Amino acid sequence: MKVLLKKWRIAIAALLITGVLGAVFPEAGREALKLLGVNISTIIGILVPVFILLGLFDVWVPRERIAPHLGEASGIRGIVLAVLLGASSAGPLYVAFPVAEVMLRKGTSLRNIFIFLGSWSSMRLPMVLFEIQSVGPVFALSRFAASLAGILLMGVLLERLLGLEVRQEILERFEK
Amino acid sequence: MTWFLYLATGVLLGVSAAASPEKTKKALKKALNTFVNILPPLTATLLLVSISVALLPEKVIASLIGEESGFFGQILASLIGSLTLLPGFVAFPMAKVLLEHGAGVAQMAVFVSTLMMVGVATAPLEASFFGWKVTLLRNGMAYFWSFGIGYAVWLAVRIWI
Repeated sequence: MKVLLKKWRIAIAALLITGVLGAVFPEAGREALKLLGVNISTIIGILVPVFILLGLFDVWVPRERIAPHLGEASGIRGIVLAVLLGASSAGPLYVAFPVAEVMLRKGTSLRNIFIFLGSWSSMRLPMVLFEIQSVGPVFALSRFAASLAGILLMGVLLERLLGLEVRQEILERFEK
Repeated sequence: MTWFLYLATGVLLGVSAAASPEKTKKALKKALNTFVNILPPLTATLLLVSISVALLPEKVIASLIGEESGFFGQILASLIGSLTLLPGFVAFPMAKVLLEHGAGVAQMAVFVSTLMMVGVATAPLEASFFGWKVTLLRNGMAYFWSFGIGYAVWLAVRIWI
């Protein structure tokens, strides 16, 4: 019960704020209620399949086993794999850090790690489907393309800037 | 579009169940977990966005983060995006409502991009894995690139819509 209350406290606070504001400004309150109804029904309708897709991806795509194919000599194929791995993942970015760490230890190059992280953060496929539903395909797909370009660029740049030293440093950090 | 999503999910779910009922069960459990986890922040955001949009005249939204707000609006959007921790499932509906009520396309794209790629709140965690040098570089680059993404999306929407 306590845990439940803690989880929902932000929502409860939001409900109180909305309720008070709606009571003070009844016209805005009615408008807000209308908006809320429309938003909830569309969003829940989309979220159910999206979350099932996320769960399936997470269970079927073995990240650690692919890591060795993402090494220094993996070239374009490695880059493509890193993008796909990130895009087919589930969960917020901070879940990706430990996964990336394991991949790094199993031989993934620093460049592909950054590409993986970038793709995880902004190109997750179920999320993009959801984005298309919410803000439309032009917005979603152009953002997707621009993000991809940036992620590849950043991966290459970061590796150039940091090099092998940092890789060693990161690995040592985890051996402690 | 939604029916296609349901169809694709249904087919994949069927294939997965045929291949391994156990894994499928695990996937469904994960889906349920994510859903339950996302519900409180989603509810809160929807409530707050609905009432703010209802209260704030479109003129105010437009002057802060509208098309005309220009670079100032983008900076504002990027700061909000970098500092807050919102899942995409919350951010996109929010962006949709704001776009319908006067927010600019570039500003929303900058907001979404920084939200996803730049994490001030998660920086200490990131640094504990990769060190501060990597963390600062990655977040810094992602921050600046977000403005490029904003421009690209703005351009695409201008051309195709």
